[in-house]
Amino acid sequence: MEHIDFSLVDWSRAQFALTALYHWIFVPLTLGLSFIVAFMETLYVRTGKPEWKRITKFWMTLFGINFAIGVATGIILEFQFGTNWSNYSWFVGDIFGAPLAIEGIMAFFLESTFIAVMFFGWNKVSKSFHLLSTWLVAIGSNLSALWILVANGWMQYPAGMKFNPDTVRNEMVNFWEVLFSPVAINKFLHSVSQGYVLASIFVIGVSAWFLLKKREQLFAKRSIIVAGVFGLFSILFVILTGDGSARTVAKYQPMKFAAMENLYIGQQNAPLAAIGILQKDKAEGQHKKEDFLFKIEIPNMLSYMAFLDANAYVPGIKDLVHGNPQHNILSYKERSEKGRIAIASLAEYKNAKKAGNDSLSAAALKRFEENYPNFGYGYYANRDVHELVPSVPTSFYSFRIMVGLGFHFLALFIVVLWLTMKNKIESKRFILYTALWTIPFGYLASMLGWVVAEVGRQPWVIQDILPTIAAVSQIKTSSVQITFGLFMIIFTGLLIAEIMIMTTQIKKGPAPESSSTIH
Amino acid sequence: MFEAFSYITLQEYWWIIVSLLGAILVFLMFVQGGQTLIYTLGKTEDERTVLVNLLGRKWEFTFTTLVTFGGAFFASFPLFYSTSFGGAYWVWMLILVAFVVQAVSYEYRSKPNNFFGHRTYEILLFINGLLGTVLIGTAVATFFTGSDFVVNKMNLTNLTGDKMPIISAWTGLAYGLEAALNLQNLTLGLTVFFLTRVLALLYFMNRINNTAIMERVKKQLLYNAIPFVVFFLTFTIWLLLSAGFAVNPETKIVSMEPYKYLHNLIQMPVVAVLFLLGVVMVLIGIVRPLTCFIKCSTKGIWATGIGTILTVFSLFLLAGFNNTAYYPSTYDLQSSLTIENSSSSHYTLVAMSYVSLMVPFVLAYIFYAWRSIDNKKIDIEEMKSETHIY
Repeated sequence: MEHIDFSLVDWSRAQFALTALYHWIFVPLTLGLSFIVAFMETLYVRTGKPEWKRITKFWMTLFGINFAIGVATGIILEFQFGTNWSNYSWFVGDIFGAPLAIEGIMAFFLESTFIAVMFFGWNKVSKSFHLLSTWLVAIGSNLSALWILVANGWMQYPAGMKFNPDTVRNEMVNFWEVLFSPVAINKFLHSVSQGYVLASIFVIGVSAWFLLKKREQLFAKRSIIVAGVFGLFSILFVILTGDGSARTVAKYQPMKFAAMENLYIGQQNAPLAAIGILQKDKAEGQHKKEDFLFKIEIPNMLSYMAFLDANAYVPGIKDLVHGNPQHNILSYKERSEKGRIAIASLAEYKNAKKAGNDSLSAAALKRFEENYPNFGYGYYANRDVHELVPSVPTSFYSFRIMVGLGFHFLALFIVVLWLTMKNKIESKRFILYTALWTIPFGYLASMLGWVVAEVGRQPWVIQDILPTIAAVSQIKTSSVQITFGLFMIIFTGLLIAEIMIMTTQIKKGPAPESSSTIH
Repeated sequence: MFEAFSYITLQEYWWIIVSLLGAILVFLMFVQGGQTLIYTLGKTEDERTVLVNLLGRKWEFTFTTLVTFGGAFFASFPLFYSTSFGGAYWVWMLILVAFVVQAVSYEYRSKPNNFFGHRTYEILLFINGLLGTVLIGTAVATFFTGSDFVVNKMNLTNLTGDKMPIISAWTGLAYGLEAALNLQNLTLGLTVFFLTRVLALLYFMNRINNTAIMERVKKQLLYNAIPFVVFFLTFTIWLLLSAGFAVNPETKIVSMEPYKYLHNLIQMPVVAVLFLLGVVMVLIGIVRPLTCFIKCSTKGIWATGIGTILTVFSLFLLAGFNNTAYYPSTYDLQSSLTIENSSSSHYTLVAMSYVSLMVPFVLAYIFYAWRSIDNKKIDIEEMKSETHIY
């Protein structure tokens, strides 16, 4: 397989990572802020108090600035599946394309139609229609997240499909299995609720800045109450769904789980390394073995976290690479051989069918179907199987920082809410500064979640079925390098513009009451 | 319901949906056309603000339609997605970049401290309008003129050969940019460019309350309608006289057939009627405001808009129906894509067909929402009182 252009694969991966991470800077805030704005406007309509309208319009302005750049960075992702991952588009397009199309029809039109009413309809439509539009924008944003996350969840756990050797692709056989796969559901719930947490942190942090500056105190405290309650419920849900996500990873992506936990040798009653520092193993470092320089463990916790059983066996990296007959784990070498047989049988089947040899084609098809679960491993038949192990330090540290920050957010929501309700928040400058400086950490946790999910599953585009080396488009590496640079420059420029506009709007503060009371 | 439909019926149904989305997209690109006219029509900052805000309230529909068009094509004809996007890399990337910069330009243009200055965002809108229309027109023209690619699904089983296991490969060195240098493709690109400008001018006529702008709009309508008609006629005559990519219904072998698209038009009378009706409506919408003297019609956008949709829709049907390869390969005729060999499975098309039943509901709420905020013409006064402006 030396004909594989690895620089092309790496640059294509880098471009996808760049565009996805830039997109994800803006999306979580859109997801959460849309609901926060809808809650605030509901309070305005219910109470009739103009102050709630001022509050709503202020956060709506920030929502609009963020929404535009989220849309801009999103379009690249959809089309990149075709431009940079053309084999993937054919191999699983029968399944993956459907959620993208449904996303457009069901969610994007809802968003784009009612966002115009939300921004320009204040003096043109009734209060209740305007409120309905705001809610529909929130629902539309979150629906779009549902479909793209279903698609992503399917890549991590391909369900509801069957390979058709005649068309040489996977085809959908059960739509509901795709939509309601446990990985997809967990991924959706965990990702959107994380967006709600980020948006709550953003609103609380910005409100804390107003309190530190002794400006707009009523506005700030009311914003904190709404965001604090929303954030508190959301972070509890994030923790709950995070726990569920970890279990689905342990079940369907054991290598990702082992890398996240730096579990090299599998064991029963596996402890959880709550905190740890890694160091490349001197003897087996080239095989991605990492030793713990330091760690604090919780006994049995990893087994319990993975399988709700403290005695459960959790496979390690070595077990998965080299196999463990005692636990019925095939080595990657064996899986590669089976994959190679599947690929060769597919070619035999097609050739026999073309030649009209029914018995030969039937035998080849049977062999193909027996070995298909390992299809993707076949592309590693003549390669070092350690290439199938993801980066352990990246997965390990990203996971721990994300979880640690999650508990910090939980504490922050509780403290801020309690102090606001006791009407003491404005005097607690340390808490206000903490809330303000938590904003970047909200973004960091959000990014790290995707790093864990995506780096941890490398090299699989479709788990066990299609690796990146067989999914890429046949284009020149230099073309991808140029577009990578182009997107880097454009997105960075737009990000700088967004931050400058956002901070200017925040410093300006909510509009004076007179301009918000017309209705 | 859809389960009972044959595979070919579903494939045709989805080609109709994709064609309709493509046609609606071309109509909605009046936003792009309008963006190229901001400085031509707006001589003061206030006038430009009116133009930008009028277009800004619609840009998301064009954008969303483009995304949905891409998603629907991916879901229903994934081999096209795989072959065209993965091969004509540079054309699609330039189109995408043009749309990326559009998305932020409206929102950021008038915001204080916007880093690049409002003029930059207006230039980006112009770039989106120019590149977006010309390149999309050029890309669509390849449905009739063909591209240099080869599809071999068995490449996926290549573990020891001297090439990557990739099924679709582009043989042109410019990865799609060569399509933009083909005169026939470029003719359609320029047709789309001038058509979107004409549509934008008719839309401005219908929606703006400003005498100075209206005078310029009327003048520009003539200046843009003439090249549009010239380029459109050139492309249409060229198309009807050229050979097309015919598919043998029994053997599925693709071959060149003289006057294929003219034959398609004759053999599909419904499509011929739609095409002619579309062309007539486009012309009526343009001619009426140009030939009035005292009280001019401002409703040309309706006739020309609907006419555009009908014409583009029928062009897509000419490309894909009546045993025609809709995405032909000039490098290897047998690699050409047809609606039969490039579509999703029967199951997926059925599932997607149920989703398509939502489309009338979507159109209904778009119409209702538009009406509720577009109940009066836009003017400079409104811009001064509006709290959210672009």
